[in-house]
Amino acid sequence: MSSLLIFAGLRILDPHRGLDGEGYLVCEEGRILACELGPLPQEYCDHERARYVEAKGAALAPAFRDLRVHFREPGYEDRETIESGCAAAAAGGYSDVWVMPNSRPCADSAAAIRFVLDRARESGLCRVHPVGAITKGLEGREMVEFGDLVDAGAVGFSDDLRWVQDGGLMRHCMEYAAMLGTVVISHPEDPTLSREGVMHEGAWSTRLGLAAIPAAAEVSACARDIELARLTGVHLHVPHVSCRETVELIRSAKAQGLGVTADITPHHLDFVDADCRDYDTCFKAKPPLRSTFDQEALVEGLVDGTLDAIACDHAPHTPTDKERTFPHAPFGVIGLETSFAAAHDRLVCRGPLSPLQLVELMSTRPAAIMEQEGGRLEAGATADLVLLDLEESWVPQSSTLRSRGRNCPWLGRSLQGRVIATYVGGRCTFDLRREPQPLF
Amino acid sequence: MFQQKHLLDLESLSAEEITEILDTADSFRQVLERPIPKVPVLRAKTIANLFFEPSTRTRISFELAEKRLSADVVNFSASGSSVQKGETLRDTADNILAMKVDMIVMRHPDSGAARYLAQRVSASVINAGDGMHAHPTQALLDLLTLRQRLGDLQGRKVTIVGDIAHSRVARSNIWGLTKLGAEVTVCGPAPMIPADIETLGCQVEFDFGSAIGDADAVNVLRIQLERQKHQIFPGNREYARAFRLDREMLRRTPEHCIIMHPGPMNRDVEISTEVADGPRQVILDQVTNGVAVRMAVLYLVSGGVRETLGENLE
Repeated sequence: MSSLLIFAGLRILDPHRGLDGEGYLVCEEGRILACELGPLPQEYCDHERARYVEAKGAALAPAFRDLRVHFREPGYEDRETIESGCAAAAAGGYSDVWVMPNSRPCADSAAAIRFVLDRARESGLCRVHPVGAITKGLEGREMVEFGDLVDAGAVGFSDDLRWVQDGGLMRHCMEYAAMLGTVVISHPEDPTLSREGVMHEGAWSTRLGLAAIPAAAEVSACARDIELARLTGVHLHVPHVSCRETVELIRSAKAQGLGVTADITPHHLDFVDADCRDYDTCFKAKPPLRSTFDQEALVEGLVDGTLDAIACDHAPHTPTDKERTFPHAPFGVIGLETSFAAAHDRLVCRGPLSPLQLVELMSTRPAAIMEQEGGRLEAGATADLVLLDLEESWVPQSSTLRSRGRNCPWLGRSLQGRVIATYVGGRCTFDLRREPQPLF
Repeated sequence: MFQQKHLLDLESLSAEEITEILDTADSFRQVLERPIPKVPVLRAKTIANLFFEPSTRTRISFELAEKRLSADVVNFSASGSSVQKGETLRDTADNILAMKVDMIVMRHPDSGAARYLAQRVSASVINAGDGMHAHPTQALLDLLTLRQRLGDLQGRKVTIVGDIAHSRVARSNIWGLTKLGAEVTVCGPAPMIPADIETLGCQVEFDFGSAIGDADAVNVLRIQLERQKHQIFPGNREYARAFRLDREMLRRTPEHCIIMHPGPMNRDVEISTEVADGPRQVILDQVTNGVAVRMAVLYLVSGGVRETLGENLE
């Protein structure tokens, strides 16, 4: 007879059934046996092999799922490895992540997809789902062998930060993806408009004298992608929406019944172009941090369901790379270990969402976008769980990050809400209370 | 009293601090007229001039200012240096500081480079131009020239014409002029006017004649072809037709209006030779003022006090 893992007397957050209240959850052999509001039934209390998780006052939610991370392996292991990335994901409350293909060599072959899956299996801390390249070498010229990549385990296709400029080629790639039933993730950015730009075009880029990226670079690219989604019937996922007008486009596409979904990052929700004022390269991201006018529209888009998910776009760089001057530093922000805290602080403590809605955006809906089970706390589901403290305020420190990247804009800032523990298939992959204390 | 450790831009200075620099520069301007135009106020101070971008007049102007103040000077320019071996700006700075330098004067092609350096080194940093961001000593010498010619700048109208988008001179001038109460109009073809420039406190006018109709001064910027990786205007001939300050255009300005140019000039592109050499121009005066302004900045940033300057100049 197997043992039971029991969480009782804590706040249950299950967006799938709309449950939010004090209750209990019981797991057995990696699956949820029962999860309801109310006191723990006597049958479980009396169970001789019950193991209780001490979590008074905590909240329990389905583990988070991130639609967009960069783990840099193979090729850029100084920035991140699949192992260090998985450790960071576990510490952030994630059970599943979708890894972008921009390694070196990039994930444009079945062998590269299998490599990512093998390395993730060795780490064992997080389920890793590789996204394959759309075109060979991410060069926008020649299609990858879509069928081979899907057979090897690719869950979707994306050229990461390269927008496939050739509309005719993109159309055929989308037709292929639609045929195979996979999603296409297209970063909307017309490079002929963004050029050497390093931040959002507006009053702040003018003031700082930095080459700028107009909103039109994103909006026009997204408009084309939506039309191609209409033409091909593919499921188009628009990552890290940053502009007001892009939110409008997606809202309208959804109203027309097109298969379009979208996500947004915590950093675009918490910061704006003005945060670049000290030329701090932690705020250099792609797409760039936009204006407060755009940011308001992003929050509205989350509230009304236009934007489906929060994804952190975890993009680690070495401190040396990020210590270049602003125009030359690489784009990117890391977020796996701070996403929940930042989003909770911004959208729940200082914003319009309930904790239940936030969990839905970080767990239930990302799972649905990738057509996976999960993101739910009901009997029979895999026990992917995250234990949260919604009251604790804490300050993320560089010394405790598990990611190899240090380019995190929340370091040194107080955030309310913290991940206490993560369970993947009933197995604990992170427990804050058993973390070694930082050396300094 | 001036207490800034660095001079990175004019945005972070108050009107009083700018005025203090200009008053100090007036005193140094007198020193420059002396038979022996040299004073010992920075004796035993070492200044490194780091130029990561080609420059003739700014580099020479700083070097002269430093020598007139009796400082020890080392020059470092990017071509053929360790920069091309991939050394980071931080390492370059650390190495120069390890040689015990008191002040760094730096020009760099990246916006924000001066602040970057100031955040990382113990020496004072004087920005001699960073990317498209700021060129504070150029703006100060322009202010000094304007003040000498027009007196108080409160309510005076200054028009800046040219490639505002790529110009650090324009940005620093807008900050400095508006802080001193002047009204600034920028003018140029639309792609050369950056987004939301009005938020800096200036007006935009695309018609050159209208832009200069009531100007007390016109500051003509160099058309910087070397900064333009992408075509942003049809060409010099067409530009000259609409935006060149020539005799015809000069007639549109009030008679007292002075003509400035930060140099180097593209004669007959943004300014006709006739106007560049004419009676209204103060271009070479700007150059002389440049040395005086840089002496003032070096003196004040190194901890010099304006009130006791008189004794030091004896």
